[in-house]
Amino acid sequence: MSKLYTGAEIVFKCLEDQEVEYIFGYPGGAVLPIYDELKNHSSIKHILVRHEQGAGHAAEGYARSSGKPGVVLVTSGPGATNVVTALTDAYMDSVPLVCISGQVPTHLIGTDAFQECDTTGITRPCTKHNWLVKDIKELPKIMHEAFKVATTGRPGPVLIDIPKDIQFAKASYTKFKKEKKLNGIAHNKFSQNEIDQLIDLISKAKKPVVYTGGGVINSGPQASETLKEFVRLIGFPITSTLQGLGAFPGDDNQFIGMLGMHGTYEANNAMHDCDLLINIGARFDDRITGKIDEFSPKSKKVHIDIDPSSINKIIKVDLAIVGDVNEVIKSAIKKINKKQNGLKDSNKQRISKWWEQIQKWRTKDSLGFINSDKEIKPQHAVKRLYELTKNQDTFITTEVGQHQMWAAQHYKFNKPNRWMTSGGLGTMGYGLPAAVGVQIAHPDKLVIDIAGEASVLMTMQEMSTAVQYNLPIKIFILNNQYMGMVRQWQELLHEKNYSESYSEALPDFVKLAEAYGCKGIKADNPEELDFKIKEMIDYNGPVIFDCHVDPNENCFPMIPSGKPHNQMILGPNDKEENKITGKGKSLV
Amino acid sequence: MPSPKSAYSIPTKKGKLDTHIFVVWVDNESGVLARVVGLFSGRGYNIESLAVAEVDATKNISRITIVTTGTPQVIDQIKLQLKKLVPVHKVADFKREDKNVIFKEMALLKIVAQKKKIEKCLKECKKFNPVILDKTNKSVVVQITALRREIDKMSKRLKPYGLTSTSRTGAIAMTRGAQTFK
Repeated sequence: MSKLYTGAEIVFKCLEDQEVEYIFGYPGGAVLPIYDELKNHSSIKHILVRHEQGAGHAAEGYARSSGKPGVVLVTSGPGATNVVTALTDAYMDSVPLVCISGQVPTHLIGTDAFQECDTTGITRPCTKHNWLVKDIKELPKIMHEAFKVATTGRPGPVLIDIPKDIQFAKASYTKFKKEKKLNGIAHNKFSQNEIDQLIDLISKAKKPVVYTGGGVINSGPQASETLKEFVRLIGFPITSTLQGLGAFPGDDNQFIGMLGMHGTYEANNAMHDCDLLINIGARFDDRITGKIDEFSPKSKKVHIDIDPSSINKIIKVDLAIVGDVNEVIKSAIKKINKKQNGLKDSNKQRISKWWEQIQKWRTKDSLGFINSDKEIKPQHAVKRLYELTKNQDTFITTEVGQHQMWAAQHYKFNKPNRWMTSGGLGTMGYGLPAAVGVQIAHPDKLVIDIAGEASVLMTMQEMSTAVQYNLPIKIFILNNQYMGMVRQWQELLHEKNYSESYSEALPDFVKLAEAYGCKGIKADNPEELDFKIKEMIDYNGPVIFDCHVDPNENCFPMIPSGKPHNQMILGPNDKEENKITGKGKSLV
Repeated sequence: MPSPKSAYSIPTKKGKLDTHIFVVWVDNESGVLARVVGLFSGRGYNIESLAVAEVDATKNISRITIVTTGTPQVIDQIKLQLKKLVPVHKVADFKREDKNVIFKEMALLKIVAQKKKIEKCLKECKKFNPVILDKTNKSVVVQITALRREIDKMSKRLKPYGLTSTSRTGAIAMTRGAQTFK
């Protein structure tokens, strides 16, 4: 008979087989047997967070920056409910997470026992799948299946709920056989015929645009390389969603900036006026499409996505190609090179007028802002941060709000997996713990959380985690004393009734930093900004940077909600501003 | 309607609603029904009726039949979303008008009335394979199998004759002919 192992041992054996190096977690009564076993497995390091939501976001940061699944370990009841936000966030942004939660012993389930909750019930709508392990013999199979579900197809979070008695119970362990990479084959249902149709559309388009999303990042770093080759080959302008930033170099001339609610004038107008729209790994989110009925009205639409349920969900498309982004584009490139060698030149001619039009839109300089020498403008702060960090491989996380959009607009990403932001769920408090996870995955790299002072206070306690593990994360707070995006909406849509969007009693962030045992830096005039940013970068240890910025600055351009792409509100540099703003206000 | 203040409050045009019957083969494990039903409620899809039971004890397979309405786009989404659930093996979707598919629903009707009225009731039921399951001087329990809307009609019609209680299974479906759905 084979050797018997306890449930807790099996958990670790599975994690070892899955080559897990880090777990983000927080102990509690119902997971103590698993925590007890931790000491016997030196290849797995546990990162103790200060709140389970932090564990989830840290695991997300780890997963998104490394491409490996993030592993979370929490206790029953409040441990599990605290991680729900992070699971939902991962579900919305397709981040592979494996969450292991403790549960009260099987005989107590359903009795309202201490720290009991219906974890699988609560997390059912926010995971790809979850399991309640009722039989120890099932545990190894479930553990390995969990990793498979989380990482294949469109990635996402999964949860395994393990009752305490199962953690003590014994069973034999069958070693896991690593299957050949499923990600491609099982989900690539596209045919050569579809690729031919795609190439046919490409060779006829006069006003094309490529619109990429997080699917390119999720397809792996190779996909970004393939995308670059593809876009250079066909010569089309390319725009990206918030999540797709970095898949194509942000400073490349073919890149026309982010699209959507706070996207560039050229990107949104290109989306509206194009005759061919190639969506690669994006999902027509409502922040992208604006008013559905007037979304890109004149275009043929192609959608390449690994998740069939993303297709025709919001926007009906003319050609759907279900498959792994990398595989689909690779086939397209192959076909083009084989059959249509002249495509590159003929395309250039055909779409030259379109590029002229885009250049015209570009001259609007929609990301422009009026700089000041008295106050730090938040856009200026992000721009300086970019200029001073672009010479090294920098990882950026953000919280949610105005600062997030400014970061997306003004920080240029050249590589995938360098940009971690909560897009789908829009979770304030995401950036700090995510930065912890990113720094764990990349100990020698510069990791910066571009934050807002309101967001960062939601998970501020994770500074303690950063200090404990010597993680030199930099928290760059654009402090405008407002929930900026809320204030902006109130200004534009609710007659300047700034209801509860001002934070009266903010902490002194420098003192707060010192209290946590890290460095605090404060900047409030543009002259000292560069010097202080350099000081932050050069400091070997965690830093909270309190950057006081103009509290009244708004994030432009902006598509007023419910408007089509070609009716944007532009920033203060635009002469028509007053007229458009007035119209926007009354119409939205 | 007052002018909407955010994108969330601008509904797009509503399309025509079709009635569809979904047949879903799932692993018979705990929570699987909650997953399917939760998908419907969570995404705002409608369930008109639901029938579920294990159909293969050795393979542990349950068959769920769901009657729902939606625009063609929504029906498409339901199907694709169902297929994404891990315990779901396959999903079939039939239009209610589909002539190649048999739809049936069973109902138990309890009529409490005098003999004459009961007789009348049984006569009304004749078209729908009535089986008398229980009979007393004052009452009868009769089982009928029919289409959903026929049962709707019957319960309306029998009310004045003393129909006091109705229990229905929800529709189940099967294709005609030798073919099975793969």
